[in-house]
Amino acid sequence: MSEQAVQLREVPGPSALGGGTRRALELLYVIAVNDFKKAYFGTALGYLWAIARPLMQFGVLLVVFTHVFHFRAKVPHYPEFLLFNVVLFGFFQEATMGAVGSIVGHEAVVRKTQFPRLVIPLAVVTTTLLNLMLNLVVAFVFILGSGISPSWTWLGLIPILVALFVFTTAVSMIVSALYPRFRDVAIMWAVLAMALFYATPVLYPLSAVNAGLRDVIALNPLAPLFDLAQRWVTNPSTPWPGAAALGGPARLAIAIFAYAAVCVFAVWIFRREAPRIAEEL
Amino acid sequence: MPQGSPTIGDEPAAPTHSQHEDRRPSGPVVIETRGVCKTFRIPDHRVDSLKERAVHPLRRIEHRLLHALRDVSFDIHQGEFFGIVGRNGSGKSSLLKIMASIYRADAGRVRMAGRVAPFIELGVGVNPDLTARENAILNGVMMGLTRREAQRRLGAVIEFAELEEFADLKLKNYSSGMMVRFAFAAMVQADADIMLIDEVLAVGDAAFAQKCMDVFHERRAAGKTIVLVTHDMATVQSICHRAMLLDDGEIKYIGDPDGAALRYYRLNFAGPPRDGGDERQPMIDFNAKVVEATLRDPSGQAVENVEQGVPIAIDVVLEAARSLDGPGFAFHVRNDDGVVVFGFNTSLDRQVPIGGQIRLQGRIENRLVPGRYYLDCWVRQNEDQSVVAVQGLRLLGFVVYGTAPRDGVVTIDATVEASLQGGGAL
Repeated sequence: MSEQAVQLREVPGPSALGGGTRRALELLYVIAVNDFKKAYFGTALGYLWAIARPLMQFGVLLVVFTHVFHFRAKVPHYPEFLLFNVVLFGFFQEATMGAVGSIVGHEAVVRKTQFPRLVIPLAVVTTTLLNLMLNLVVAFVFILGSGISPSWTWLGLIPILVALFVFTTAVSMIVSALYPRFRDVAIMWAVLAMALFYATPVLYPLSAVNAGLRDVIALNPLAPLFDLAQRWVTNPSTPWPGAAALGGPARLAIAIFAYAAVCVFAVWIFRREAPRIAEEL
Repeated sequence: MPQGSPTIGDEPAAPTHSQHEDRRPSGPVVIETRGVCKTFRIPDHRVDSLKERAVHPLRRIEHRLLHALRDVSFDIHQGEFFGIVGRNGSGKSSLLKIMASIYRADAGRVRMAGRVAPFIELGVGVNPDLTARENAILNGVMMGLTRREAQRRLGAVIEFAELEEFADLKLKNYSSGMMVRFAFAAMVQADADIMLIDEVLAVGDAAFAQKCMDVFHERRAAGKTIVLVTHDMATVQSICHRAMLLDDGEIKYIGDPDGAALRYYRLNFAGPPRDGGDERQPMIDFNAKVVEATLRDPSGQAVENVEQGVPIAIDVVLEAARSLDGPGFAFHVRNDDGVVVFGFNTSLDRQVPIGGQIRLQGRIENRLVPGRYYLDCWVRQNEDQSVVAVQGLRLLGFVVYGTAPRDGVVTIDATVEASLQGGGAL
């Protein structure tokens, strides 16, 4: 560093992306990949667990909903429909539940290094996303095996996955930023995530719900995402039906508004909390 | 020189050596701190849950305000080795954390030039489930390197840690010594322009501490700017170009390391000991500094800690900071609570010139219960009939280990028997 190169710059202080975006992305990559490896290398069956877990959950749900509630007769391709939804919702649930305690779990780096706070919940979401990719491969093997033929509408899944990723990240940011100050968040979120599971068309198609209940479900931003995804994937013959099924553009607008509100709130709360998280721990 | 109870900051500078002045780098300012304030709100009754908020919505949460830093301003020049000293709670670690972007200052600003690497604690972010290789890269990225740069330095890190054969072993399988070596190697890999160090030197064994010092000497010689927060005045005096004393969040002194060390001792040893019946006024001054202080077991082996009941031998070399005439030495052994457990005295009826070395050797009976202890020494110099110059030095910190019960502060032999009185008529 030569004399003329000396240029004083304000110390940035702790923040969501403190230390620069490039460093944050590098950290995100290294941590997410390491966590992914760590999660499955330590177990005897390795990566198989990543796939086996949703399959087992799917198996239980399938038995209950075909034999107890007889959904199989009412919904075409119900098993494939269910597997696909369980995999998608599993991503949301696993990522957000993992994110709740993530910042507290990384207390040492938060309190003792200049660490971009946002990377911590984001790494959890990214690791889970890698999982989702593996699980989707399995889900599509089942879907193809059941006789559903590939369709151009499958490409519609890409924007839906992006939207789901963004929403999952937003929720993860909210719960991870609040948890250091309010430890109740962990319990509250566990209950809320379960409520969301039933308020999202995972086990049932939206068309099977009566109109009154659909009004409530329309408030849930995940509902149109799941509705669209499953129609495009397991029932490609359906034309663009999302808006109609949800009861028209007005209800869709509510869901979009809720989605945007969650994202804006996430950014606001995280930016507000990030500088003082080290002191709250 | 005022007499009576010593105060800080209003006394003339201590007699110091000009050697520090000569070698002090005077490059451009690379760390500029202006009016930094930090206040922590410590809730008296911690509210951790929404329920407490909901049940008592109107109850004001009582806070104690802890002023960790008050209007702190200073400059550090390029290539300086700068010490920040102070007692526990003086705000020195908070200041370092603000400089390292871990805390945010409430007011004021810090500006720096070049890449900054904080070393707050050894092994932060080290993941025991990953191999040394993977950890080294993770750590490098945390230090602000790109993955490629971290990859390139990987070999050097493993080599420095002397762990070539174990590079692919998971860290959880490392011995604690290997872990410390690895963590330190991974930490110093970042070739930062400014290093912010918080007492990481305090870990590991003597050989490791030496290795750390070697690295810091080398970085210092390479013209890196280093800020070191520490309690250890010997380090400050031997390696720092300048030092700053913080107390209660304020800068009490900034200047050469000896001056900072002297004032630190004054703060720490408030209330010098008085000999019984000695009516002379004590006055704190700079008499000597520690060259070497070693604890030995009865066989003469240098040890860090001693077993309960085993006599302690001390071997101390002091250097006179001014000419001393018949200096006296009062030793105190304090426990972790700051209680003086016992003390002893000795003196040297000789004239000691400036720079002359005094050796203090001897054996101490060990009745201490297990715990952590400190050996302090007060160096006294009779100024005249009415004044005695006193200086406190912390010589050693050590641990007494053992399994005996820890009732009280010392063990004293006692033979007390119980018997039934009155002939046992029942």
